[in-house]
Amino acid sequence: MSLLGDWWPYLILILAGFLPNEVWRMLGIVASRGIDEESELIIWVRAVATAILTGVVSKIVVFAPGALATVPLAVRLAAAAAGMAAFFVMRRSVFAGVMTGMLAVLTGMWARGG
Amino acid sequence: MSLPLSTAASARPPKPNAAAFADGLRAAAGSVFMIVLVGSYISIGALAHDLGFPVVWVVLSTILIWAAPAQVILITSLAAGTAPLEAGIAVGLSGMRLLPMVVALLPVLRAAKTRAGALILPAHFTAVSMWIESLRLAPALPRENRIAFANGLAAGLVSGAVASTIAGYYLAGVLPNALVAAMLFLTPMSFLTSAVRSAQLLSDKAAYLIGIVMAPLLAYEQVGLDLLWTGLVGGTAAYGLHRLREALR
Repeated sequence: MSLLGDWWPYLILILAGFLPNEVWRMLGIVASRGIDEESELIIWVRAVATAILTGVVSKIVVFAPGALATVPLAVRLAAAAAGMAAFFVMRRSVFAGVMTGMLAVLTGMWARGG
Repeated sequence: MSLPLSTAASARPPKPNAAAFADGLRAAAGSVFMIVLVGSYISIGALAHDLGFPVVWVVLSTILIWAAPAQVILITSLAAGTAPLEAGIAVGLSGMRLLPMVVALLPVLRAAKTRAGALILPAHFTAVSMWIESLRLAPALPRENRIAFANGLAAGLVSGAVASTIAGYYLAGVLPNALVAAMLFLTPMSFLTSAVRSAQLLSDKAAYLIGIVMAPLLAYEQVGLDLLWTGLVGGTAAYGLHRLREALR
């Protein structure tokens, strides 16, 4: 790893992790003062934010970090599909979706002897 | 999402804020999101351990960043040798969703006499779990108690996440690989499902689908700043579809 020294990783945590994420929350405080939640600007921001969010999680599924990389891509995609199916069948239950997706990954790993 | 955004004041008299905070803690302990958080943060702790981060660093990332996708991005990109600036941009892009979430939440929590400073904590702790549970439960409470309740809820959820981060870090070598992999899957799965629930307009729904397809394609084609383009181009295209449909009405 390129993170050397005692304080350097913590500085990076603040500069590359905390601040770029936190700035949106603080801007949210400012924006929540008197802004119409259905204003065109907020609708656009929400569309941009939604595309980025599903882009982030789609990349996690496709390019699998850490231990998830040991799960074949086909299993990951099938598990995501199973989770979404369970979510819709169980009347939009997030819990049903995540549990089904997780069990599908486990089942997929078990089926190939992992 | 069918959120109870009603501003109707509850008939119940306000409680002392300490009691409202305690109610929030109890709501966190009983939330289904606690289960999702525990699994997600065990996997993040294990991931950070395997990639060589110090435990204090990971715990601080949970408290300060408090957004699982951003933490996964930061940990994996730094470990892969990505420049901190580029990692910071990716984290910043993944955090953009927090702006509209905070904008939706604060008017529900705020009372007439609320000071701006009192909104900083609930804004900092805004994340999918806390946001959904606050919007679900807070509208039934007296306005004077809602911030204390939301802070209690957040404190409970963050405590569970911190304990799980530490547990995952030290259990990394013991937990079966398949289980860690399955728990790492909780983060994308919980975001994919909860984003469907908050997609109300055509623009939200189109952006949802465009993001899923576009980001991995751009990344596969090794286009730099794939998330930025996904958001700006894909999100704006989705917004355009919404405007087009409104215009055709």
